[in-house]
Amino acid sequence: MGGAMTRGERQNLVKGLAFISPWIIGFAVFGLYPILASLYYSFCDYDVLNKPAFIGTLNYQDMVHDSVFWKSMYNTAYFALFSIPLGMALALIIAVGLNQKIMARSVFRTAYFLPSIVPLVGVSMIWIWLFNGGGLVDHGLSWLGLPSPGWLTDEHWVKPTLVLSGVWQVGGTIVLFLAALQDVPKSLYESAQIDGASAPVQLRHITIPMISPVIYFNLVMGIIGSLQEFVRPFVMLGGPGPNRSALFYAINLYQNAFQYLNMGYACAMAWVLFVVIILLTWGVTVLSRKHVHYGGEG
Amino acid sequence: MLLIMPGCGDDRPTHTPDGRVIVRYWEKWTGFEAEAMRAVVDDFNASQDRIFVKMLSVSGVDQKLLLSTAGGNPPDVAGVWTHTINVFAEKGALTPLDSYTEQAGISRENYIPAIYDQCTHRGFLWALPTTPATLALHWNKTLFEEAGLDPDTPPRSIEEFERFAERLTIVELDRDGERVRVRFDELTDAEKQAKNFSIIQLGHTPKFPGWWLELWGFWFDGRLWDGDSQITVDTQANVEAYRWYGSYPERFGRRNLDTFGASFGNFASPQDPFLSGQVAMVIQGEWMYNFIDQFAPQLSWGAAPFPAMHPDPAGEVTVLESDVLVIPRGARHPDEAFEFIRYVNTQAALEKLNLGQRKFSPLAQVSEDFIRRHPNPAIKVFMDLAASQNARPWPTLPIWNEYKDEIRIASDRIYAGDTTVEQALADVRDRVQHKLDRALRRWDAVEDQRLAEWGAR
Repeated sequence: MGGAMTRGERQNLVKGLAFISPWIIGFAVFGLYPILASLYYSFCDYDVLNKPAFIGTLNYQDMVHDSVFWKSMYNTAYFALFSIPLGMALALIIAVGLNQKIMARSVFRTAYFLPSIVPLVGVSMIWIWLFNGGGLVDHGLSWLGLPSPGWLTDEHWVKPTLVLSGVWQVGGTIVLFLAALQDVPKSLYESAQIDGASAPVQLRHITIPMISPVIYFNLVMGIIGSLQEFVRPFVMLGGPGPNRSALFYAINLYQNAFQYLNMGYACAMAWVLFVVIILLTWGVTVLSRKHVHYGGEG
Repeated sequence: MLLIMPGCGDDRPTHTPDGRVIVRYWEKWTGFEAEAMRAVVDDFNASQDRIFVKMLSVSGVDQKLLLSTAGGNPPDVAGVWTHTINVFAEKGALTPLDSYTEQAGISRENYIPAIYDQCTHRGFLWALPTTPATLALHWNKTLFEEAGLDPDTPPRSIEEFERFAERLTIVELDRDGERVRVRFDELTDAEKQAKNFSIIQLGHTPKFPGWWLELWGFWFDGRLWDGDSQITVDTQANVEAYRWYGSYPERFGRRNLDTFGASFGNFASPQDPFLSGQVAMVIQGEWMYNFIDQFAPQLSWGAAPFPAMHPDPAGEVTVLESDVLVIPRGARHPDEAFEFIRYVNTQAALEKLNLGQRKFSPLAQVSEDFIRRHPNPAIKVFMDLAASQNARPWPTLPIWNEYKDEIRIASDRIYAGDTTVEQALADVRDRVQHKLDRALRRWDAVEDQRLAEWGAR
């Protein structure tokens, strides 16, 4: 052998590569090249029109000293910290509810899933109408005799408003939870009932451990999704919002890339985001190793 | 490999079937503004047997122009703004027009000087103007009369303006157990202090329409930079301007203003607060007439220079900008493109275009009946403002977009009372100066190369 291939093997390799070449070429041209180019640009002063000029790590140094960068980090973290747990808890509660034998179950399932297939821009426009001063939400509040905050105009209310409107679209998460719930063997609940376990105890000791892989998956997807939150704040506030209260990471990146044409800086930001997401995902994986149970592992 | 990639080149026809060169022209206008330009394009095409201009309405034209130029496939002519010229020129996205205009005998003398100057950058000419605009105070004469003010005498200084604004503001409050409506200047000091009222009508708010928040300093003799390398946003004059800005929430109450502002309808609709009489005085450009005409034709209004803090007898203050035509770098038919731009810049074409768009001609010479034929009764106010020596352009800074956003953020902070005016503006200066320094270093690195490229045209 000695590592050398026979003629037939070589031929097979060439043929195999030829067959998957559309994918390889596509990936190289539209995937790998842009990724590597953005890594290179992140070390350049690049404004799209002129040739990129290499400036070493200056973009990354600037980022450390850029208070707006940190503000966008803070905003994103704030958003993620509230919207992920809230969205997941809500989705789980709804999924458990929808897993019961209730009347018109499929109607409810459809109803709860529906919001997540509505286009984000359309939804955002509706939210603007609802939350605008004197909008429907304010009307409802004044009916109850409550004052209305400046949902989209007060910097302290902007992020909560965005969390609130984001949580509405948890349909995708619900579906995943629902599928996992249906996979939990009935026999476990039956034996628990015989042992006299109450519903909350069953939830805590059977349901949640059994669907833990899906919880873990949803958590990772939630982290990635909220760190990249863009469309709703962008449409609802038309930019960074009052005193940059809605300047999320992705919006900051967009502004630098396409409004200010600091493409090099934007590329550097994209790579930092990439590293942050990897670290968080890795962190979640390590932390959850003990708590995630896969079927078949005993 | 080449055989399987036929789509990569641009295979659009460069000639019409009858052999005329097709000039592709991107323009930002839509609606009646586009129609006015289309009429000029049609005239040009009818007068030509060599060139055919194809006009296309393009939204977000500046960004698309930049990207198509970077991609090597720009249009031949594009309609952008004076304030985009410097950035586009420095990025090498435009073709200098000097050799063309020299040949055509077009020079600065033909134009309102401040408009022509805005088409130049670093000693080169990059564009020729189409439809200029200036900003002026618009006031509602009926509301003036109701307030006991002379409807034909607009305020002349900021001090007078503020007196008028308070007089024109009507609030509703509980007085001795009764709900009453009074004018703001009739409130007792205690009532002004308590701000426990709701606004029914407002004399003015610097946040409406809010399109020039970063330029308020102009009316206070403020400058945003020294024309070279220093950001001067935190000078005394600008501090004064944003103190004035911040005085609105201080006097009328931020919550009261926010609540009142939330009731504003969309701009360019009958519910627009100026058109519906909710706000008595507003800063706007000459285009405001179009919307008055369309949505509130019964409105009795006037236009006058927006008052300055220290009125200068040598000229009223205004912001002057203009729509312009440019030839992107890499355009396929630059000579034919200029032929078209040259046609648009004849007196007849510019007056036709500007009568259609209800703006004014950027040329120094205007035909005698232009003002008489113009539908906007106040058009002369705007024309005089353009000729004023205090007609100011937007700062021609490469980082203006960022600068503008920073001032807007600062004005938000001032409005919210989060910080002092001095602090907010100092923060802007620090951040923007850093960016300007970087941009200038970038320019230093390419300056010789750029100037050589431009001069070689």
